[in-house]
Amino acid sequence: MLELKNVSFQVAEEGTDKEIVRGISLKVPEKKLIVVTGPNGGGKSTLARLIAGIEKPTAGKIFFGGEDITEKSVTERARMGIAYAFQQPVRFKGIRVVDLIRIAAGKKVTAAEACDYLSAVGLCARDYVDREVNASLSGGELKRIEIATVLARKAKLSVFDEPEAGIDLWSFRNLIDVFRNMRETIADSSILVISHQERILNIADEIIVIKDGRVEKQGSREEIYPSLGADSAEAPACDRLLKTMKDGMEDA
Amino acid sequence: MDEIQKRLLMEVADLHEVPEGAYNIRANSQSAGRRSTENIEIISKQDVSGLEIRIRPGTKNESVHIPVVMTESGLKEVVYNDFYIGEGSDVVIIAGCGIDNCGNQDSQHDGIHRFFVGPGAKVRYVEKHYGSGEGKGKRILNPVTEVYMQQDSTMEMEMVQIKGVDDTERTTVAELDTGAKLVVRERLMTHGEQRAISTYDVKLNGKDSSADVVSRSVARDRSFQKFDAKIVGKAPCSGHTECDSIIMDEGRILAVPGLEADHVDASLFHEAAIGKIAGEQLTKLMTLGLTEAEAEEQIINGFLR
Ligand SMILES: Nc1ncnc2c1ncn2[C@@H]1O[C@H](COP(=O)(O)OP(=O)(O)O)[C@@H](O)[C@H]1O
Ligand SMILES: [Mg+2]
Repeated sequence: MLELKNVSFQVAEEGTDKEIVRGISLKVPEKKLIVVTGPNGGGKSTLARLIAGIEKPTAGKIFFGGEDITEKSVTERARMGIAYAFQQPVRFKGIRVVDLIRIAAGKKVTAAEACDYLSAVGLCARDYVDREVNASLSGGELKRIEIATVLARKAKLSVFDEPEAGIDLWSFRNLIDVFRNMRETIADSSILVISHQERILNIADEIIVIKDGRVEKQGSREEIYPSLGADSAEAPACDRLLKTMKDGMEDA
Repeated sequence: MDEIQKRLLMEVADLHEVPEGAYNIRANSQSAGRRSTENIEIISKQDVSGLEIRIRPGTKNESVHIPVVMTESGLKEVVYNDFYIGEGSDVVIIAGCGIDNCGNQDSQHDGIHRFFVGPGAKVRYVEKHYGSGEGKGKRILNPVTEVYMQQDSTMEMEMVQIKGVDDTERTTVAELDTGAKLVVRERLMTHGEQRAISTYDVKLNGKDSSADVVSRSVARDRSFQKFDAKIVGKAPCSGHTECDSIIMDEGRILAVPGLEADHVDASLFHEAAIGKIAGEQLTKLMTLGLTEAEAEEQIINGFLR
């Protein structure tokens, strides 16, 4: 469904060219859940922005449903069926949650339907539909609203950039249910999730590891997942401990 | 009343029919309808053009509509309206002025509104300005609002001018006694060569009085806006002014903060932010399928809501 062929992205910084994405090639087939992982600063978010059309590759081509979309605008790609949940969601003054959901759905959405999207991300709909998507929302609330708007898009390809960051009081199981539900209800749809979370890596059909702007590893979960252990061992021990505790609490 | 006048009434006062409660409709300098109620008396002034509106103490949940519409080119008028709001009452006052000028002469309405708000009274005041018509004549509105608030009274003012007024100089003066509370929400959009100046002078005279003056505005094309908000704290009190603006095209905005604390327990605060629409806001809405122009419209509609 989505194919990147030798995509590079280069910016000029202090007179010198900096290559953030270096000749990445990858495929997202239909009906798959792909997880992109790798160290911070590796170029994962830039890759997502290239797919959504927010950045244009300095070399290479992007295909969607067999069509070359390299020169297509953000709007055109959105209308073709690409949805993107930002790593850092945007705040708006005066635009309400329900307005964003309506825009995302691209049609009239009843209050009840809007509420369903919010409930799916663990927000009590009644408290949120009429809230403004402004600075009064916490980072976690904003992240979940961002996921809800992507749900409302019902897109062929949905890209989530570190969705786990906002799920403080919610749980991974619910997030995973959201993904499962999308795959079941949107025909032939695929999901690309950028994540570091083991539980999300665990449900991947395929894992792509991006490091220094390159694909370091790519393959089925069975192939790649065991080899990720070595990387996570680099993380400070207390981080890992905290994570284990948190995960344990959610299971309880 | 003709169709244009009816349309203007809808724009400035959301009036589709004759309003409930007390009202006075002024069309082309004539009264086009008036009703007083048991608790709200509307009478014409003898010396100058305008009304005296007396609201009995204890009047609850009643409304007064006093819209003005002008459809004749070249009309210039000054109107003095005085509101006496009785102790302990709770009312909504809806004013507003719509000008349709198809001619080549300027049309101008200067409304001078004075509010005498009795002890403990609660007032919600809504004022909308709207202009239309393709003529070369300008549509000019210069409202002056004076508010005198007695002990523990509350006044919420909502002022909206989104479309079609070429030139406006709005002056709002308020004096607050002990425990009185003033809240102002102003929303403004200017286009073309329009000019809008909004000046506030709020005196917090009494202990525990408070004022919160917030303006949200958008300046497009080559229009100009000035927001000049001054709060003087003469007692233990709290005051806040805010100017939050979006500039587009070659629009210009000047925000002038003015805070004067004449008492050690006066707490005054000013915020101003002027800038273009954030690029990431446009991008976000475009990823939801909107074009850039549609995204811009949504952002501005939300901002001025
Ligand atoms: N437009 C840009 N200009 C300059 N540097 C950028 C730009 N976009 C991203 N970067 C840099 O590229 C690197 C990769 O960023 P990013 O894609 O956000 O990584 P990740 O999501 O994997 O953490 C970072 O060092 C980031 O600062
Ligand atoms: Mg990132």
